[in-house]
Amino acid sequence: MTRRHDAVLIAAIVAAFALVSLGGEAFDAIGLASWFLMIVLVSMSILHPLAATYAAVVALAAAASGAVALALVLRSGAHGAIGLSLGAFATSCVMWRALERLSSLSRTGGWLVLAVPLFFGVWLIYLWELVTVGFAIPSVLLPPPSQIAGVLASSLGVLGEDFVQTFIRSMIPGYVIGCGAGFLVGVLVDRVPFLQRGLLPVGNLVSALPIVGIAPIMVMWFGFDWPSKAAVVVIMTFFPMLVNTIAGLAALGRIERDLMRTYAASYRQTLLSARLPAALPFIFNALKLNSTLALIGAIVAEFFGTPIVGMGFRISASVGRMDIPLVWATITVAAVAGSAAYGAVALVERSLTFWHPSFRKAS
Amino acid sequence: MMMDETIGTAPARSSRRRTRREGSVLPVLAVVLALIVIWYGGAVWLNAASVLDRYERAGRQGWSTSELLADTMSMERPVLPAPHQVLSELQRTVVDVPVTSRRSLVYHGWVTVSSALLGFVFGTLLGIVLAVGIVHIRTLERSLMPWIIASQTIPILAIAPMIIVVLGSLGFVGLVPKAIISAYLCFFPVTIGMVKGLSSPDPMHLDLVRTYNATTAQIFWKLRWPSSLAFLFASLKVAVALAMVGAIVGELPTGAQAGLGARLLSGSYYGQTVQIWAALIVAAVLAGLCVGAVGLAERVTLYRMGGRA
Repeated sequence: MTRRHDAVLIAAIVAAFALVSLGGEAFDAIGLASWFLMIVLVSMSILHPLAATYAAVVALAAAASGAVALALVLRSGAHGAIGLSLGAFATSCVMWRALERLSSLSRTGGWLVLAVPLFFGVWLIYLWELVTVGFAIPSVLLPPPSQIAGVLASSLGVLGEDFVQTFIRSMIPGYVIGCGAGFLVGVLVDRVPFLQRGLLPVGNLVSALPIVGIAPIMVMWFGFDWPSKAAVVVIMTFFPMLVNTIAGLAALGRIERDLMRTYAASYRQTLLSARLPAALPFIFNALKLNSTLALIGAIVAEFFGTPIVGMGFRISASVGRMDIPLVWATITVAAVAGSAAYGAVALVERSLTFWHPSFRKAS
Repeated sequence: MMMDETIGTAPARSSRRRTRREGSVLPVLAVVLALIVIWYGGAVWLNAASVLDRYERAGRQGWSTSELLADTMSMERPVLPAPHQVLSELQRTVVDVPVTSRRSLVYHGWVTVSSALLGFVFGTLLGIVLAVGIVHIRTLERSLMPWIIASQTIPILAIAPMIIVVLGSLGFVGLVPKAIISAYLCFFPVTIGMVKGLSSPDPMHLDLVRTYNATTAQIFWKLRWPSSLAFLFASLKVAVALAMVGAIVGELPTGAQAGLGARLLSGSYYGQTVQIWAALIVAAVLAGLCVGAVGLAERVTLYRMGGRA
């Protein structure tokens, strides 16, 4: 345990006592008890250093009791800018300490690798709640997570319909067609070196362009319903896939090519058993990038005209009515759906390209 | 994420691309020419229906193919304008009109580019600071890195209009709200690239400077920073293109009076397809220029540092 780490904890204790002396009357019995529990636990871990595992558990317990105490203070309705900042600072220091301990433990691997970012995320959401409620930030600016969760739960039906319209009807067909076409054209172009040399720079240029701009044109061509959104998604996903497929098919090493030639392998055999597997990491890169691009394309295209359903419509309509919690609920759905799509592609990638260096253990 | 690996391999690939580019002028010209031919064909094909419809309504009996071709390429509000129509619109709005006029695309382009560049600077600084923190503080790497990747699955572009409206209601108008969106899009590739770049020095070199008793700051400035520059520029190219996208989408809400995004939106309201295409072309050219400028800065910097250039 180095001195620098103790400094964090000492700062926490100073801030903790300062909070008690500032806003002592805001605490009820349980709040005060858990606040002091935090102070005791932290002091204990300074005075009597523990083994890493116990130290992590103690620090987590201290952070949790501090969080409970602050939540109780908030519920009693006392706002004080200085007191609340001090309290948030103290508990954040303790939480940071817990994360430090946990991440030094997680060097051994296992579920702890997931636990550190998980606790960090929970902590961020808690701070968000604390700040928005404690400082009475208007919900038009930033609603607290609890309010967003409430809106999410109460309008599940509407959000479900939006999800089906935007995600299932617009995004998935567009994603499949765009990625499929990009891949097929990539394989075809690869056979013609002339086209390959011509298309790669053009494709690179087009992938850097603001393609969402074609959304109004697609809405004019294909109407207000989902086909126009799917068309935007097709165009947005096509070029990244094309460029990555061409680059991936060129990725096979000279030695492997020569080996295939000594086997007298045909073009087809070389493609299927050597070049496509070597191209898989590139193709999955494009698939992962496209999974987020596609959702953005589908939502942004709905700003230019849409039937009265869909995530983009919900966002723009709710902004118009200043119903910001519903906007955030829609964003939550979109973020969860986007992360799930990304995670699904990443899982498939992991099982298909397990041989790639980036997935092998470093040891 | 994809950029993760693209950026990681970019320095090597860009040098390969440079050797390949020598022989690619002709193929690129051929591809561009083919695209223009396809564009003309598409214009005729897509516009023919409405031209024929107009003939029928006018009660015209006979029409020759050349007449039809000429008419499909000179419609007032075509489904797909022909390239020369877009060019003449560009000539009208870029060259003929003074740049200070609200009808000039140079004016609108400048509005978009200035907020994109402001956001680009913010985002790059944020990205570098985050990367420095992640490389030096282990807990940050463990706890923050997964969330930085997850932050990109949030379709921020989709809520860009909301951010503009909300910030506008608080009194923030003009460049800053759009720049915030550009910055949010920019920081991610920079962080990912710089984390890779700052941890790219050979362990041998790190050990060597440690035997010289170098401080963390000295290791950073003498070893980590110089060896990360190639990664930085590869990320900056991605980031500047994203900044343009962010600025354009940020201009979509109806409140925006100026900028390429506002031109797109008003074009789509009034069915002015030629105006939409002209704005798109200007956006594409500006994005290309920004990426080219970053590429130039990269060459100059690497040359100054005695690298390959």
